[in-house]
Amino acid sequence: MKIDPHKCVACGNCLPICPMGAIYIDPSINRAHINTDECVECFTCYRGMSKEHLNPTFVRAIRKTAQFFRFRFDPEPDICPTDAIVPEDLSWPRVVRRAFSDPQVPHESTGIHGRGTAEVKTNDVTNRVNLGEAGFVVEFGRPGIGARFRDIERVTRALAELGVEFETNNPVTSLMTDPSRGVIREDILNEKILSAIVEIKTALDKVPSVLKEIRNLSREVDTVISVGVSTRCDAQGNDRLRAILEQEGYPTYRGKTNLGLGRITRSPSATDQQS
Amino acid sequence: MTNTLHRYSDHYACERIPNPEPVQDDYIVFAMSSRGINDDNLVEKYRTFLTLALKHEPVNIGDATKGGLIRPRQDMNPTAHWRREHGPDAEQVMAGIDGPTTVAAVFDNYQAMKDFVEELKAADLGISINISAPINEAQRCCRESDLSRHSVEYSVGFRGRVDKLPDATTLQLSTMCGHGMVSANFAKKMLEWVKENRRTPEEAARYMARFCICGVFNIARAERILSEARLMNR
Repeated sequence: MKIDPHKCVACGNCLPICPMGAIYIDPSINRAHINTDECVECFTCYRGMSKEHLNPTFVRAIRKTAQFFRFRFDPEPDICPTDAIVPEDLSWPRVVRRAFSDPQVPHESTGIHGRGTAEVKTNDVTNRVNLGEAGFVVEFGRPGIGARFRDIERVTRALAELGVEFETNNPVTSLMTDPSRGVIREDILNEKILSAIVEIKTALDKVPSVLKEIRNLSREVDTVISVGVSTRCDAQGNDRLRAILEQEGYPTYRGKTNLGLGRITRSPSATDQQS
Repeated sequence: MTNTLHRYSDHYACERIPNPEPVQDDYIVFAMSSRGINDDNLVEKYRTFLTLALKHEPVNIGDATKGGLIRPRQDMNPTAHWRREHGPDAEQVMAGIDGPTTVAAVFDNYQAMKDFVEELKAADLGISINISAPINEAQRCCRESDLSRHSVEYSVGFRGRVDKLPDATTLQLSTMCGHGMVSANFAKKMLEWVKENRRTPEEAARYMARFCICGVFNIARAERILSEARLMNR
C-alpha cells in the first residue's frame, strides 16, 4: 500500500485507522506516509475508508485558511477526502502479508476467507476433531499486534518436538517445508502479518501439557498469542474438555458451539465431479 | 469465524478480576458450508439464513466476503459531513451473496438468538450452524431448543506480549472485529470523541462498524460500552 503524495492533504484521518499504526505524517513533505516494514497489507485503509475524490489543491487551501484562524476541524473521521490511498502490485514474498492480513482474500490452500481455517465450525460434517481429541487454534498477532513468521516458526518448531500433529488443511502448514519439524520456508520468515493461525490436534489428556508448552513459548516471542481449544461432544452434548481447562486455571467463559445441524447434501456424483 | 472467538471481556483480563460482569448483549449465530459436502444451492441457503435472522431484529448481519449492514462508500461528497446516512442496508448484504462465504447474524439479547436458532433447526438448511457467545448461554439455548451440541471451542485467552495490548475498554471495542480491521487507535479516538461530545455513542459505533469486513461487529454493544465509558471515565 502507498499514499499518493500528490493527492494526500495530510488530514491525518488514516493514521488511527491503520491496525498496525504504520501510517504517519512525514514532516519533511507534510504528507501521510506508510512504514512499509510495519504495513501488513491488510487493505483496511484502502477499503475501509470512504472516499470523497475532492481536488487536493482546493482541500489544502481550505485547511491552510482554517489553520491560520485556528479553527477547529470536525470532519468525518473515516473519510479520505482525496482518494489518496493506492494499492500496489505485490510480489513474493510480500504477497504473503496480504494473504494473512486481508480477510477478503481467500487462502489458496483452503479456499476459505479470513484466516483460512475451518476448525470445529464444520466439524459436524468433517469430523476433523473426534471424541477424545482436542484441536488447538494458536493464533499469533491477535488482537491488533501483528506477528512475523520468524516468531511463529519458533513456536511451531517447539510444538513439533512435542510430537503434535499440524492440521494439513491450514494456510500456515502449507508454508512449511518440513511439517514434521515445524519448519517454515525461510524466504517469508521476516514477513509481518496481522495474524495467523497454527492448528494442531492431540489427545484430550495432552491438553494441559500442550497449553503449558504454549504458555512457556509465548514468553519467547515478540507478539501476542490467542489460544482456542476445541473438542467433540458426546451424544448427550457434553464435553470433558471444559473440566480439564478449568482445573488448569484457564478461562472458559466464551466460545463457539457447533449445533450439529450440518449434513451431507451434495449428491455423491456431484461431489465426485467436483473433486 | 475464529474472528468471533476472542471477544474481550473482563473474564479474559490478564490479571484476574473477581466476579466479572456477564456479557448479556452479544450473541452471534453463523453459518458455514464445506466444499464438496454441503455447498450445493449455497446462495439460496445463505439468503434463507439471513432472511430468517432479519425476523429477529439482529443488530448486525454480514457476509464475510462483502461486509455487514453498514459499509464504507466510495462515492462520498462534502455534504456527507452534515447529512451522512448511517442507516443499515440489509438488502445490500442479501444481494451481495454470490458464492462460498460465511454469513452471520449478531443479536443483543438471548431470546432473539434462541428464537432464531429454533427457526434454523426447523428450516434444516444442511449447512453447519454455530453459536459464538458465552458458553453457558449457548448450552442453555441448545437445551431449550432440544439440540445436542456437536462440538465446542473455548477461548482460553491471551499469552505472550500482553503488555503491548491497549486498555480493557479499547479491547472490548476493537476485538469485536476479530479480523483486526477495527484498530485499537481508532477505537480510542472514538472513545475520546464521545467523551468530548464531538460524536454520539451511536455515531461512533457506526464509524467503527464500517471497518468490520464480515458484519460481526456488535453495534449495540459498542454503543453501550461507549456510553458507559463516557460516564465512568474509562
